[in-house]
Order: sequence, then C-alpha cells, then structure tokens
Amino acid sequence: MKQGYGDNILTIEDVHTYYENIHALKGITCTVPQGSIVCLIGANGAGKTTTLLTISGVEPARRGRILFEGQEIEKLPPEKIAALGIAQSPEGRQIFPRMSVMENLEMGAYLRKDKEGIQQDMEWVFSLFPVLKDRYRQKGGTLSGGEQQMLAIGRALMQQPKLLLLDEPSLGLAPKIIEKIFETIQEINKNGMTIFLVEQNANMALTTSDIGYVMETGRIVLEDKASALLENKEVQKAYLGD
Amino acid sequence: MLGQEIKKLVVYTIFLAIIILPMLGFTGGAVFQAERAFAVFGVGVALLVLNLIVKVIRSRRPPPDHDLPSIPERIGDRLHRVPKIFTLGPLLLAAVIFPLVANNYMIDVGITCLIYVCLGLGLNIVVGLCGLLDLGYIAFYAVGAYSYSLLNLTYGFSFWAALPIGVVLGMICGCIIGYPTLKMRGDYLAIVTLGFGEIIRLVLNNWDDLTAGPNGLFGMKRPPLYYPSFQEGGLEMVTYYLTSLPGLFYFILVIAILTTIGVNRLDKSRIGRAWIAIREDEVAAELSGVPTTWIKLLAYAMGAGFASIAGAFFAAKLSYVNPNFFLFMESCIVLCIVVLGGIGSIPGIIIAGFILIAVPEVFRELEGFRMLAFGAIMTTMMIIRPEGLIPASRRKREFYRQRDEAERVQK
Repeated sequence: MKQGYGDNILTIEDVHTYYENIHALKGITCTVPQGSIVCLIGANGAGKTTTLLTISGVEPARRGRILFEGQEIEKLPPEKIAALGIAQSPEGRQIFPRMSVMENLEMGAYLRKDKEGIQQDMEWVFSLFPVLKDRYRQKGGTLSGGEQQMLAIGRALMQQPKLLLLDEPSLGLAPKIIEKIFETIQEINKNGMTIFLVEQNANMALTTSDIGYVMETGRIVLEDKASALLENKEVQKAYLGD
Repeated sequence: MLGQEIKKLVVYTIFLAIIILPMLGFTGGAVFQAERAFAVFGVGVALLVLNLIVKVIRSRRPPPDHDLPSIPERIGDRLHRVPKIFTLGPLLLAAVIFPLVANNYMIDVGITCLIYVCLGLGLNIVVGLCGLLDLGYIAFYAVGAYSYSLLNLTYGFSFWAALPIGVVLGMICGCIIGYPTLKMRGDYLAIVTLGFGEIIRLVLNNWDDLTAGPNGLFGMKRPPLYYPSFQEGGLEMVTYYLTSLPGLFYFILVIAILTTIGVNRLDKSRIGRAWIAIREDEVAAELSGVPTTWIKLLAYAMGAGFASIAGAFFAAKLSYVNPNFFLFMESCIVLCIVVLGGIGSIPGIIIAGFILIAVPEVFRELEGFRMLAFGAIMTTMMIIRPEGLIPASRRKREFYRQRDEAERVQK
C-alpha cells in the first residue's frame, strides 16, 4: 500500500461519449486512487483513447460525471482542465514537429508563470530522459519514435500535473525502449504523481500498475488489482497471449 | 542519376513546347511565326540543359561529410549575426530616399507594394502562424476601406478618428467569419472563407443606399497631419492633408513599419507560440492548456485588424472605393505573397510583396503575357524553392525532411 492510497484523485461515473452518432463510451465508471498507477487495457477501438480525451475535455462527455479532486470537470474546456492539474501525453506521440525539443517542453509549461519552477522541471525531465538533453535544439519531428514518446511524456510533465494521463506509451516502439519508458513511468510515480495509463501492451501495463481495468467496445468489463488481472484466465487468454 | 535527369529534361522540354510554341507562334493571325516562337523556346531549353549540366557536375563531386546548410541559409545565418542597424539601416535609407528620386508612377507602385506588404503580414498571422487557410482575406481590407469612406462622408470623421472604428469593425468581421469555422480545417475552411469574401463584396455591390453600389464612394479626405503653429492670437493647430504622392508614400511606409513591428512582436509572444502550437497539432496544443477557441478567434481578429488599417489607408489615398477593388483575385495575390515569401517568415513576405506587385508592372509591356509571366514565376518558385524566398526557420524542416530521410536511407 502506498501513501495516501485511500483517496480517489479521479472518479468517473457512468460517462457516455459520442462521436457524432457513434456511441463510443457506453457508461464508463472507474476510479483512480491518489498516488497510484492505474491502467486501462483493451483492444483497438475499445474506447481507451476516447476515455482519456473525455477526461481531458477534448471530447466532452454527453452524460455522466467526472470528479477531479472532488470537483466536477466534465463540462470544463480542455485548457481549464489542464490548469487544474491533469496533463495528457497523447497517442501517436503528438508532439509539435517543427518546434525544437526545448520549445516543445516550453509549450508544456504554457500555463505556468514560475520561471524557476519551469527551469527545475526541465532539468528533472532531462534527468529522466537524458537523450532529450542531447537533442534539445533538434526539431521534434526529426527525433526517433522512442525519443518522440519521451518528449511527449516530458511535455506533459512540464505542466506540473497532479494526474498524468498516458496514451499508449509503448505504441510502435522496440521492446528495450518500452522497458525503459515503463521504468521511467514508475520513477515518475515514485515522485508522487498519480498516473492513469492506457495500453494495448497488457503485460507491460499490468506489471507496472497497481490497479487494472479491462475495456471492451465502450464498456469496462473487468476491474481488479493489476496483479490479480495478470493471473486472470480470461485476461491471459484475450490480452496476454497465453 | 543521369538517366533520370535526362528523362526530366525531355518531359520539361515537351511541356515548354506545348505552352510556349503556340502562344508565341500564333500572335495576330493564324500564321505560325516560327522564328519568334523558337527563339523563346530555345532560351528555355538552353536553361534546362544548363541546369542538367550543373546538376551532373554537382553529383560527381563527393558529398560533404556533415550537412552543410544551403547558401541562402548560410547567408541568412550571417545576416542574423550582423547588427540589425547594418541590414535594416540601408533598407530604411533606401525607402526614405526613394520618393525623392523616383517619378510619380514609381512612387505609386511603391505605395501599392507597401499596402500589399501590410496585407501579407496580416494574412501571415492567420495562414502562416495559426495555419488557417483564408481565401477571403481581402474582405477585411474592404471593411477597412468602406468604414473609413462612410464615416468620413456621412459624419465627417477624420482619418484618425475613423481608423480605430474601422479596425474594430474589421476585427468583429474577423470573429464573425472565425466563429463558425472554429471546428473546420483545410479544404472546408478555405471554401467558407472564400464564400465570406464574396458575400462582403456582393453586399457592398448591392446595398445601394449605403455603399452606392457599383458606382462606389468618392470624395473622402486624405489622411491629415496636425502641427502646431504660433500665430497671432496664440497656439493653433493647423491641419495639413497629405495629398502629394511622396507624402502618402512616407505615410504608408510608417504604417508598414509599425505593422512589421507589431506582427514581429506577436510572432515572438506567448500568443504567437500558441498560434504556432495550434498549427503544429491542435489536440496537443489543447492538452497543453492553450485555449484554442479564443486563440484562433484572436488570430482572425488580429489579421482582420491589420487588413482594415491597410484598407482605410487605401480609401484615403485614392479618395475612391468601389466593390471591384476587392475581387477574389486580390485575396489570391495576398495569399501568393505569403506563400512565395515563405509561410510565417516576415522578411520573406516583405520581399515577396515587392516582387509580386512590382514585377507585373515591369512586365506591363508584355500585355497579354503579363499574367503568364506571373504564373511562370510562381510555378518556377514553387518547384525550386517550395519553402519560399526566405523560409521561416521552423518551416524549412518540413519540406526537406522527406528528402533528407531519403538520402539517409540511400547512404
């Protein structure tokens, strides 16, 4: 058990999200305890990314409630939600390709005014991902896939969030780099940051997390401790390839 | 390598033959004037062959170990190191001396160039920084021109009093076009802005009671300057209307310089960074806490505001406006200035403004071929320098990345 594990930093209650007429999220309910790593696993198109975008306010929920530190955020615009302390590293490593690594990280700190704090956090990001320091003047678009993923996470960290949402940090990366990234995720978590991550790589995600949710076609079908899910026969069959 | 280049040469030669031979050969009748046609065609082919030879010689030379930036880039880098007074000083001096040595016609062309530079810089905010394609930009120019005209003619407002009102009206129009298009991108946005530009022009053309329709409005006062004069009875303010062309030239020069400074400051500001972030990746910008709705509306409003200033000056300078000054073609030319200059690059746009407005004047003797020459320059430019005359540093990468990557794979 971790410190402050009892309180839920994020609570999602019966959230429905639509893309035009497509019912993407059909009533999601889940909780993210303070200081934990929670993962949401599932196949392609299950609605994992939509869940994160709904939390961030990019794809607003049509029904349901989202509570962040007890405050309802489901009707707020993305910039307000970001200001409250939720940062998302988007899927597909959506960095700013024609900005330098430095400028990308500065964009992450867009809402912050404390110059010293920004400088400190930048040093911290560089210590987490030393490769970014070597390339800080290089354009984001010229980085390799793994480096872009690190930059996307780094940019989200620059927001100094209380809750970090990670969308498929392992997507399209070599196993070695995936391992490195998940190690870093645990390190970030040890610093006290709560992490909610969405993954197709169920094995890696469940090994790293405290709690796991399994999603299928817009619904959450299973929830348990991550270690229990790793043992679960159905999960093993469907997502762990055993 | 050589085979590929020769194939290219043959294809280009055939293209040139299809375009140039009939156009130059059949002037004034059905008789084919072979001599005239082949003379020009020959020059074109010679240029292509020369290009081929240069390319072949270059490819023979071993490639350098590290990536040397191209010559224009290096010149650009050097220029950055030189104190600005040495680069901008002579330019400014030239601009100040120009009306003293040029004839009226040249000054008039110079004024038009500067107006278009202002428009290009304004559109650069929307297209270059924020990445929103706007094909109806000239509408805001029209709003500025007509607001000054109407305020001056009906209520007797002076240029200075009407200017802020015109700018505000332009900005409101910018928001009106901006708001419904917030969720649109690319092609759809282009069509909506195109429609908006036409709507403004048609309203001006058909609202006879207010705008006098196609006849246009005339008789507006020139921009006034005030200066104190000590006469009997104390201090008095004397109004002096700028009627001479050199006076108007200096006036628009000041406006252009202020616009340049303004756009430059915006580019480097927090808002400018937010615009660029939206252009790069809107979702990522949203997630970083950029209020995209407001920032995009602001881009439209700021762009429209700058166009309104240019429009008000235009109306004051000519003392006449009619809806036909604000055709779709004008929007296209402004967009061409932005693209040719290098999207997002302020010095590039200033140079392109002069080239695109002054060059057609130089070619005026060609008459029918004027626009052909214009088109040829645009096409050639887009082939040899797709990133524009002086590319903005952020922009360069995009066009060369694929080429760089292809080369890296070959190595």
